[in-house]
Amino acid sequence: MKLPSRPARRVLLLASLLGLGFCLPALLAPWLAPYDPLALDLTGSLAPPELAHPLGRDEQGADILSRLLHGARISLAVGLITVSITASVGISVGLLAGYAGGGVEQVAMRLVDVLLAFPGLLLAIALVAVLGPGLGNVIIALSALGWTGFARLVRGQVLAVKALDYVQAAHGLGAGHLRLMAVHILPNVMAPALVQASFAIAAAILSEASLSFLGLGVPAGTPSWGAMLAEGRYVLSEAPYVSIFPGLAIMGVVLGFNLLGDALADWLDPKRRLA
Amino acid sequence: MTFFLNRLAWTLPILLGVLTIVFFLLHLIPGDPVDIMLGEQALAADRQQMRAALGLDRPLAVQYLAFLGRTVRGDLGSSIHHRRPVAQLIAERIPATFELMMGGMAVAFAVALPLGLLAALHHGRWLDQLASLFAVLGVATPNFWLGPLLILAFAIRLDWLPVNERGTLAHLVLPSITLGTAMAALLTRMTRTALLEVLGEDYIRTARAKGLGAWAVVIVHALSNALIPVVTVIGLQIGVLLSGAIITERIFDWPGLGTLLLDGIYGRDYPLVQGCILVIAVTYVAVNLLTDLVYGWIDPRIRRP
Repeated sequence: MKLPSRPARRVLLLASLLGLGFCLPALLAPWLAPYDPLALDLTGSLAPPELAHPLGRDEQGADILSRLLHGARISLAVGLITVSITASVGISVGLLAGYAGGGVEQVAMRLVDVLLAFPGLLLAIALVAVLGPGLGNVIIALSALGWTGFARLVRGQVLAVKALDYVQAAHGLGAGHLRLMAVHILPNVMAPALVQASFAIAAAILSEASLSFLGLGVPAGTPSWGAMLAEGRYVLSEAPYVSIFPGLAIMGVVLGFNLLGDALADWLDPKRRLA
Repeated sequence: MTFFLNRLAWTLPILLGVLTIVFFLLHLIPGDPVDIMLGEQALAADRQQMRAALGLDRPLAVQYLAFLGRTVRGDLGSSIHHRRPVAQLIAERIPATFELMMGGMAVAFAVALPLGLLAALHHGRWLDQLASLFAVLGVATPNFWLGPLLILAFAIRLDWLPVNERGTLAHLVLPSITLGTAMAALLTRMTRTALLEVLGEDYIRTARAKGLGAWAVVIVHALSNALIPVVTVIGLQIGVLLSGAIITERIFDWPGLGTLLLDGIYGRDYPLVQGCILVIAVTYVAVNLLTDLVYGWIDPRIRRP
């Protein structure tokens, strides 16, 4: 049997690490978590790590490991749902804009420009500020801007692919617009979109944590990694472990998806490997 | 000249789009914004007064045009909580945010240029690997985690640096590191890549062949050319810094625009929120325009369509 190439092995390794270290524990949190993440027990407030509570307990006495596992569910949900929405919208808009050109392209790309005039988290902060906190509103807020990255990327790819001989040939043979877009162009722009999706999941997880840290994300008390960090800030000197573990979790997962994006890019784009 | 005019003309519709989005923010609020701002128990007369003050009693199109007119004249309305013009409140906070962003950028450059340079010169060796490790970790480290850790280490445990005040240069150190680390990581990676590309060029070999010292070649010839692509990302990075400043200000209780915005959000002071968002977005558009113009001026190739 032929061994997969080196970039392919890296993708496989990173995907398995993220699956086993993040996605699976998130999905199995209700069964894996040793305690109820919402249980209050003030007698155990800020207890340091010990055998029964390996990562210690927070100010309300809740088990940090259990909250971390349940927090992973929120991060996973936000990452996957947001990117499913932004990728579908962005790829469709980019495909249509790049293929149709003219007025459609102008309108779509100017809208992208206007949305990108709001730096980073600002639009998400603005939207959550008016819509109110909550997981659904966080996803809406992050999606409002997130699709623009996919749209820009895919439009650029479509412009390049559209001019290729085989597309022109298919057009000459009588293929309709829908068939040209779906069968001949779309598959050729999916590789960069997949790379972008990996980075976008990392960005969405980081953004949700940022919003929750600012008190604009999930409702108070919900075990989100960002909210855990916000709570940990006030007990930093006496109980640093309340902050350290959620921070490590965010960093690990964001790092994982960023590296996966890099590895996917190396694997899917042979030209990059030579660089 | 056409390039500059085109670029300028292209910015106007974007600004109009930004104004439109900021205007409609108030109308996205589920329910009655006046009820949310004043509370359900407020007197009918007070509600009517606020509705009139915000112009909410007029047709939407009239509200929109009035909003555009006011904003162009620099009138951002009045803060409900502070009972003062929003523009004035914002103007008072801008110096603090500007100072913080300059600090963040200084940290980013002070770390990224030497580290990127060393990495490129020691390509493939441990220094290069160390720089790459910093580049991937720095981007993945949330600033709202880094900030508290820095406070814990340097302010609480070691007691070397002050926090939660603005004033001396020492107060600026930890917030600047918190804000600048992600940008430093990205710039390190870019500087390294750009330098590696430039170091393989013919003119570098010529400079070496002429007998120039290794450092003279790197500093005079390589670095100055490698910095051109690095400069282009600065415009985009200002955006990252602007939104990073909101979080950094929250961590360090820094009295800037970000803290003003968050106070506005927590206090449901929507005119203040609208004003802050508008000013941050318009600043970002202006910085991007400026970066493009400067870049077009440095590199004439860009000016051609």
